[in-house]
Amino acid sequence: MSIPLPEYIPALIVAVPLLGAFLTPLISRINDKLRNIFVILVLGLNSFLVSILAYNIFTKSAQEPYIMKYVFGGSQNIDFSLPVVRILFEVDAMSIFMAIIASILVFVTVIYSWAFMKENTGLDKYYTLLLLLTAGMLGMMLTGDMFNFFVFLEITSISSAALVAFWTHKGESVEAGFKYILISTIGALFVLFAVAILYGQYDALNIAVLSNAIQYTFLDKIALVLLIVALAMKAGMVPMHMWLPDSYSRAPATVTIALVGATLASLYGVLRVIFTLYGNVLSIPAKFGIPVNVLIGWLVIPLAVLSIIVGVMMALRQTDFKRLIAFAAVAEIGYMFLAIGTGLAAMGTEYGRIALEGGIFHIINDALDVGLLFLVAGAIYYATKEWSLNEMGGLARNMKYTTIFFVIGLLAVAGMPPFNGFASKLIIYESTFQLNPILAIVAILCSILLLATFVKVFQSAFMGPKLPKFKDVKEVPRSMLFAMGILACSIIFFGLFPNLILENIVRPAADALLSNAQYITTVLGGA
Amino acid sequence: MIYNIPYIAVVCLILIGLYALVFKRNLIKMIIGITLIESGVNLFLITLGYRKGSIAPIYTSKPEGISIMSLPVPQALTLTSIVIGVAVLALMLSLVIHIYRHYGTLDVRKIGRLKE
Amino acid sequence: MFTIETGSGFWTPLVWVIAIVVAFLVMYILRMFGNKSYKKDTEQVKSFLSGNPEYPKEQMQIKASNLYWGFTKSMEGFYNILRKMHTGNASDYVLWFVIILAIFLLIEVI
Repeated sequence: MSIPLPEYIPALIVAVPLLGAFLTPLISRINDKLRNIFVILVLGLNSFLVSILAYNIFTKSAQEPYIMKYVFGGSQNIDFSLPVVRILFEVDAMSIFMAIIASILVFVTVIYSWAFMKENTGLDKYYTLLLLLTAGMLGMMLTGDMFNFFVFLEITSISSAALVAFWTHKGESVEAGFKYILISTIGALFVLFAVAILYGQYDALNIAVLSNAIQYTFLDKIALVLLIVALAMKAGMVPMHMWLPDSYSRAPATVTIALVGATLASLYGVLRVIFTLYGNVLSIPAKFGIPVNVLIGWLVIPLAVLSIIVGVMMALRQTDFKRLIAFAAVAEIGYMFLAIGTGLAAMGTEYGRIALEGGIFHIINDALDVGLLFLVAGAIYYATKEWSLNEMGGLARNMKYTTIFFVIGLLAVAGMPPFNGFASKLIIYESTFQLNPILAIVAILCSILLLATFVKVFQSAFMGPKLPKFKDVKEVPRSMLFAMGILACSIIFFGLFPNLILENIVRPAADALLSNAQYITTVLGGA
Repeated sequence: MIYNIPYIAVVCLILIGLYALVFKRNLIKMIIGITLIESGVNLFLITLGYRKGSIAPIYTSKPEGISIMSLPVPQALTLTSIVIGVAVLALMLSLVIHIYRHYGTLDVRKIGRLKE
Repeated sequence: MFTIETGSGFWTPLVWVIAIVVAFLVMYILRMFGNKSYKKDTEQVKSFLSGNPEYPKEQMQIKASNLYWGFTKSMEGFYNILRKMHTGNASDYVLWFVIILAIFLLIEVI
């Protein structure tokens, strides 16, 4: 039972925030509150469109994978045997899964920044950039064309770099914004170089046409390595992760959550390139008789384990609140890459497929957990104007609800039952154990160290004696509590009913990644 | 052999740009390094469209004596990439102006003070 | 819809929640057997520090950088390497990117 939808819904999902971004400076000349309500309405409409498209795709995917395609500027029956120059949006289960995450994160951001950013000036630029960032992220996830992916990648990085440098009266925010745009531009230029190599060989920019025609020549190998390394640098894999703590900690707390969405969109890019674009050549032997997927999988896994170890070890020493959470986010990206590498190296076996499901489930769990922790850090900065853990103490007496939300976020990120972190981490532990036991042992040990890190934060910020300088610290305003409450309720819901999410949302996404045949025949019309 | 010179130029441009990014300390020189890499990638894109003995693809009816036109798609891609490069360059330069106003120096080692 | 099945086991959060609820009930019943009467504002409410005097609260608090002292002191060699890696330099970030790109190109292509 599915809702009949017009066929231009994917284009609407990207066009509505774009139109809202261009109307926001006009409306903010009239009134400030009207602009806030307008932005919340635009993002609410966008989330509604994403959710009905998701409902359609996931209910139809029970029988066979269902992919929705929208071709820009033409009727649907185009002869695809000629060189294809149309831009098209192709939405399968993995794309709409990432789009759900992006729209939840940005919606929570806008509700939270009603009260958090109230004393700042220049807020019309802030909301415009936030809506542009939403359009860029959703475009990156819904597109079916490689050059279009590059354009949306640049839109996302430009608007998020301007948002990181939003507090221009502090020198360190501007420096973090400069480092972020430097790293993003280098990554995007190498992605363009790889797209140009692929275009020069096969005369096509469309992902489906490319993946039908690709053979594993020498230039294709160069393009694959360039794409993986550049997109993994934007996703935060060690040792190219060092921009991540700087820019996450010096941006306003609401901007950091939007940056988490942009990082996960680059991770989606890695998945799309490896599994769909190069899906047909993943089983041919490359060097010394080793198949391609085993080679790439065993290149990604050591870097992922290094990410987990370095992220957790550095997080244990920090005294800056948001920098600590940023290093914990690096460790969580390491878990996702570990699951993806295991799914690659063991492709075709049962535990490889389960590892990929665990990794994809961990994407949405990590977005919710780390998002809630950053919101709590922002709430403490709003109430006490302190960002260093050495100066805080005894805040649980004044801010009761914030403490409860922080405890939920702490237990979820460290992988304690019954929250959602445990469900996805259990799947990752059990499937990586069957590949190599050392991987699972390192993952479990670092999970315990992550719990130790956040218990340190809890003790030094919330517990302890009542300090006299925090005597008149009140609870944060209700809009911020409401935003944190949405994320906390989602965490508890995902933790108590994990099979609901795993069967209906994660499994179609993993199936859509592992078999790219349906992706190709949607565009090329059955061959 | 002479048709391979643009490709060699592309590799040289990208390597010089990476050298300027890694080994130079002034922020403006790093931005010039990024501009060099971007010029290299744009040159690579537009060289892909050339066919031997072709003419620019701007005519609607074929002029006499010429039989093929070069490909128009890489030219569209290059124009898009140049425009994106201009926007990124404007953003980076305005951020450098703010950094100079705060720190008084443009040395990368002095402004990266937050270690650990 | 409560259990997830990994390849080699399963996990049900409902049983865990019931176990925690039972544990809380047992704790509450044991707490109700306690003594509820105490005299306010006498020596019974002050904290006991084995006879030492109690300083004002700011000097009594353990700051965040002093927690886990044993762990950070014993892994000091490892942490020195990590701290030297994390400079604030923007050109070092690009250097790491070029190094990883070179390693991947060597292994994959040649």
